[in-house]
Amino acid sequence: MLRDAVLVAGKDLRIEIRSRVGLNQIGPFAIAVLLLFGLALGPDRRVLAPASAGLFWVAVLLSTLLAVQRSYAIESADAARDGLRLSGLDPAGIFLGKASAVAAQLLVLEAGLTVGVTLLYGAHLSGALVLVAACAAGTLGLAAVGTLYGVVASGLRTRETLLPLLFLPVVAPVLLAATKAWDAALAGTPSHAGGWLDVLVVFAVLYIAIGTVAFGPLLEDG
Amino acid sequence: MAPAVRLHEAVALAGRFPLLAGASLEVGEGEVVHLRGPNGAGKTSVLKVLAGLLAVHSGEATVLGRDLVADRRAVRREIGMLGHQSFLYEELTVEENLRFAVRANRGVVTGIRPVLEQFGFAGRLASIPVGRCSAGQQRRASLAVLVARGARLWLLDEPHAGLDQDGRDLLDELLTGARAAGRTVVFASHELERAEAIADRVVHLAGGRVVEPPEPTGASDSPAPSAQAARQTISGPAVPVTEDPAHVA
Amino acid sequence: MSTPARVLPQDRPAALRVLGATALVGVVATVWLGLFVTPPDQFMGNLVRLLYIHPPMAWVAFLAYGVATLASLLYLWPRTRAEHFDRLAGASAEVGVVFTGLTLVSGSIWGRPTWGAWWVWDPLLTTTALLFVLYLGYLALRRVPGEFHVRARRSAMAALIAFVDVPIVYFSVEWWRSLHQAPTVLNPTTHKTYVHGSMFWTLLLGFVSFTLVYIWLMAHRYRLARLQDLEDVEGLEVALEERRAEGDAG
Repeated sequence: MLRDAVLVAGKDLRIEIRSRVGLNQIGPFAIAVLLLFGLALGPDRRVLAPASAGLFWVAVLLSTLLAVQRSYAIESADAARDGLRLSGLDPAGIFLGKASAVAAQLLVLEAGLTVGVTLLYGAHLSGALVLVAACAAGTLGLAAVGTLYGVVASGLRTRETLLPLLFLPVVAPVLLAATKAWDAALAGTPSHAGGWLDVLVVFAVLYIAIGTVAFGPLLEDG
Repeated sequence: MAPAVRLHEAVALAGRFPLLAGASLEVGEGEVVHLRGPNGAGKTSVLKVLAGLLAVHSGEATVLGRDLVADRRAVRREIGMLGHQSFLYEELTVEENLRFAVRANRGVVTGIRPVLEQFGFAGRLASIPVGRCSAGQQRRASLAVLVARGARLWLLDEPHAGLDQDGRDLLDELLTGARAAGRTVVFASHELERAEAIADRVVHLAGGRVVEPPEPTGASDSPAPSAQAARQTISGPAVPVTEDPAHVA
Repeated sequence: MSTPARVLPQDRPAALRVLGATALVGVVATVWLGLFVTPPDQFMGNLVRLLYIHPPMAWVAFLAYGVATLASLLYLWPRTRAEHFDRLAGASAEVGVVFTGLTLVSGSIWGRPTWGAWWVWDPLLTTTALLFVLYLGYLALRRVPGEFHVRARRSAMAALIAFVDVPIVYFSVEWWRSLHQAPTVLNPTTHKTYVHGSMFWTLLLGFVSFTLVYIWLMAHRYRLARLQDLEDVEGLEVALEERRAEGDAG
């Protein structure tokens, strides 16, 4: 299973490094989202700076949708499920591999977005450890849920519209907890983030476990 | 010996449309069988059922001794399928694709070199992304994956399509070699002459079932050429059927 | 092959009609008692009258999700797998979504004069709203066509994946609010101590009647789903005949 996970993650990341869809499309998309938030909330940094954490995570959530869709698009387009089924790979391995590849890309994106919120919203970075921990745990949770619902939607005609509807409500706790953890860190009180980090870790562990078990049947039922 | 493939009254659905309407078929170990029939007769569906990609709604389906109704996954590592779409990654090179496919199937990657050479991917050609290969080269690459994975049962959907003369010769050679090596092959093809030359027998499909040979072939009253083929045929105008995965889903 | 004559489930069983009538009488009685018989509350005044229907609606919504989850679980469990559990899950989730919508609307109407806003980010309210979209997603997935068991298994798993989220959502939202000095919300549980006599019986009647409404709606929705499935089975037989005829025609 782990061997397959490494194989799949390596393959996905290699394809992403070559195609640069993440760099050329998802990254710019996330920046556009940040800019639009800036326009919506006005130029006042006293409004923008306190909202940085929330806006950052909403941008991450939306980018996750794109990353997940891309993750299944590279599986030879329409035949995504067939190719994966025929590959002989362990389904749990496919799930873990794909989720880690998505998570790795999101982490790179988050590094860029962090710079973005600092420059654009005037967020003052502090509590680096909490920021990083929240990103790590939150991203794993997002990638797990995304990969899981991604395979549900992948074979369906309505996949582009169905995926966001399934994905976004479920990851509401991630948005909430990650934003609160970041708020605490940015406000200079990282010790207040503890409980929120726990929520993120519990969420990630739970959905990684569910995904490992449920991915196989979901891949078959298409 | 148990047959490599056995379908009995198999029904498979795409939504509410019956792709297979009770197909019965037996293929012995080491046999090369040609599926014939008009578009929409169910050829692709038979191959998909055998590969465990399409669920059997009712009836029986056994492949390589495994019951597909109980578990569609068990059989896949011993199957090589060549479909309408190639299951290759466009951004990866031919060699990387082969390497991934073999490792995914728990194979050993050392055997890849000779396979690449056999399919004309020696040297530089092996290291360009599949996306930049021609359609024919991609087809060859798919065949190379099939061979490199060392499948026991080959399921080929229109394998001649998109290949040039050399490629077709290569394919025929491959199929002859596969038979000699004791592989079981089931393939669908409109290239009747070539198919006829390779196949041990022909199975006719129409309306999602295996049928008697059609009258236009001149075998109306007399039994089909081989005793085994007695049950089978072609016929009738068929409704075009979409068989893309989204539909099957 | 001819299609065997099929015995359709009786169109409207008498028991179901009696149930429907009882539920209707119950709801009308609740409304009548709530509006005209019970006294106004000493703190909330006439607003209390909404409380005779709002909690029962919320109760039905949660009951429905509970039933949907349980049915999904029973469908996934190999030993208890049966088509009726899938139909039950689908029917219950649909009724649940309707009652969640009603809960949100009635809560909102109650909240406007009480809190001075149509919407307050109260934990229970926020969780309920998230549940609403969560199960709308589930229903959307159910509507994706497909072979019965494929769709049923997919839906059942999606229901469980969604259900796991409910406690996480609830606790994180509650914690989120409590850290923010939430406006002192009138907690229905503490408020119950003021409920007496006719108010208590009206509320109880509300709970019973709305539960009956739930059962009645469920029975009908289930019956409809069963008929649809039967139609599909019959349609399949016709489709198989037609498909086979393609082969014979030539």
